[in-house]
Amino acid sequence: MSKEPRQQPKLVPMPATNFLTERDIGKPPILECRHLGVDFGGLTAVNDLNLAIGRTEITGLIGPNGAGKTTVFNLLTKVYQPTRGTILLDGVDTHGKTTVQVNRMGIARTFQNIRLFGNLTVEDNVKIGLHNQLKYGMAEGILRLPSYWKQERVAHERSMELLSLFGMEGLHDHPAGSLPYGAQRRLEIVRALATNPSLLLLDEPAAGMNPSETAELMENIVKIRDTFQIAILLIEHDMSLVMGICEGICVLNFGQVIAKGTPADIQANPAVIEAYLGKRKEGE
Amino acid sequence: MKKLGTQKRTSLNGLINYAIVIGAYVLLRVLMGAGLLSNSLQSVLVPACCYMVMAVSLNLVVGISGELSLGHAGFMSLGAFSGIVAAVALQNLVPFAPLRLAAAMVIGALFGALGGFVVGVPVLRLRGDYLAIVTLAFGQIIQNIIMVLYVGVDAKGIHVTTDSARLVLAEGGTAIVKGPMGAVGAPKLATFTAGAALLLVTLFVAQNLVNSRSGRAILALRDNRIAAESVGIPAGKYKLMAFVTSAALAGAAGALFGLNYSSTVASKFNFNTSILVLVFVVLGGLGNIRGSMVAAALLYVLPELLRGFNIAEYRMLVYAVILILVMLFTNNPTLQGFFGGVRERLFQKAPEGTVKGGGANE
Repeated sequence: MSKEPRQQPKLVPMPATNFLTERDIGKPPILECRHLGVDFGGLTAVNDLNLAIGRTEITGLIGPNGAGKTTVFNLLTKVYQPTRGTILLDGVDTHGKTTVQVNRMGIARTFQNIRLFGNLTVEDNVKIGLHNQLKYGMAEGILRLPSYWKQERVAHERSMELLSLFGMEGLHDHPAGSLPYGAQRRLEIVRALATNPSLLLLDEPAAGMNPSETAELMENIVKIRDTFQIAILLIEHDMSLVMGICEGICVLNFGQVIAKGTPADIQANPAVIEAYLGKRKEGE
Repeated sequence: MKKLGTQKRTSLNGLINYAIVIGAYVLLRVLMGAGLLSNSLQSVLVPACCYMVMAVSLNLVVGISGELSLGHAGFMSLGAFSGIVAAVALQNLVPFAPLRLAAAMVIGALFGALGGFVVGVPVLRLRGDYLAIVTLAFGQIIQNIIMVLYVGVDAKGIHVTTDSARLVLAEGGTAIVKGPMGAVGAPKLATFTAGAALLLVTLFVAQNLVNSRSGRAILALRDNRIAAESVGIPAGKYKLMAFVTSAALAGAAGALFGLNYSSTVASKFNFNTSILVLVFVVLGGLGNIRGSMVAAALLYVLPELLRGFNIAEYRMLVYAVILILVMLFTNNPTLQGFFGGVRERLFQKAPEGTVKGGGANE
């Protein structure tokens, strides 16, 4: 299947970097997708996706339901292997890598349907995110050698620090499954941040949140970007969030990119209005 | 300690488990010293320790790692036979019996771990029911392999063959494992003290593993494999770690078990034994280390306790009824509410009380 010829070959040398923000120009983009595509059987879920994301940019990935947004996330994190095209993370091809390996290379994500470790405490959820930054092995853990105590202390302090981003330190010994919905979403972000990513993928972070929670989340996303100096790619249906904080937007429809640009460009783009915003105008 | 947050509560929980084991050990020793423990009950103490270790170790796979394994007795038998061979082979080298027993248990654990690794690498690629079926098959395979093994030891070392005629030993050598007849003439090195010590070691390994970086990874994979991989936890490595650790502990328990009897046959460690241990784990609560320990102790000793009453011929029936009641009690919300109310009124501290109460009945 992977030998299939690329559909619609383009002569444009490389993806349009038209929405790299000014401060990121001159540095290589953190993520580059070139002619990315995936087929499931006969169905083309994503086709010819070209995308470049600057190192400290907040990018939105929007589109109607079923457009293939989450599939793009699954391609980036190697839940699915792409049928066509290349993904470059900080200039390194991720071809043939596994989910675990791309996480170690710097991609962390959250999930649309929350996937926390529900039986474990909030703190343990974050510590699991810190897994690859703790270096002691199984024997040191069982025998409780000094390296265990030292690193566990660091892990505790670090997880408290990360939880404090969202003011969640007080919840540290609650089971993650018992948290309210919004807190679970925030905990997923904290857990993803704990893996020390250079690119954070957020799958509908504001789903199920009320407007004031969404406003708070927007502030927090910008704060995360400023504090950690990382790039964020987010899928979101809440247009106030997308238009409010995204510096670049990529619009998907039926697996195809129909528009890319700044929020102002996207709002003015007739194709987008027709495919997406126009149809949803009453629902917004 | 102070700054470790949730660590504090879990380590307190672990300390309670050690205290239960040590308390029960001291209590039983006192009862034995006072002559209050019947012979038949004394004879089940070592196997009871073995089954407690088995239950805790299987809980690592079934409860902590979340994979159903039906071949746990296979690793016990690997440990039993390698432990017996080691104990006989070391007879002259290590004359001090407790040390030889310890060495045999270590070798049993190594063989258990090796078996766990060989079985685990291909098997852990499967999930759910398929994993259960394949582990069941591997348990049988291990049993059948040991059935055809002939092992002897002489001055030149250890001889292993699958043909009784080819087992030619030098002067003064002894045949230890004789195929379908199993191991005969094994030294009875096992003691209750060794059993309690092994149980403490098992608790130490299991509890410290669960509360470490590796243990968190194993728990994370159980709770949500996709999310765990997305934060960079390799599934294969940690599933295998839990499986091998569990097999090693089962091997050590097997060595202790084998050295408690003068003869051991491979068919002792059959499917029924695996299921028996699984019953302990399920009734004790998946992932609950103390639960599997208490369940194994009570359920293993229960038939012996029942022997003492007038209902000797019905004891297996009573055993089955008690099993069913426990299952109902733990799963049926109505009964749970009823028993919960009763328990609240009668005993304030249920779990700790039961273990000591079980011993004190006699």
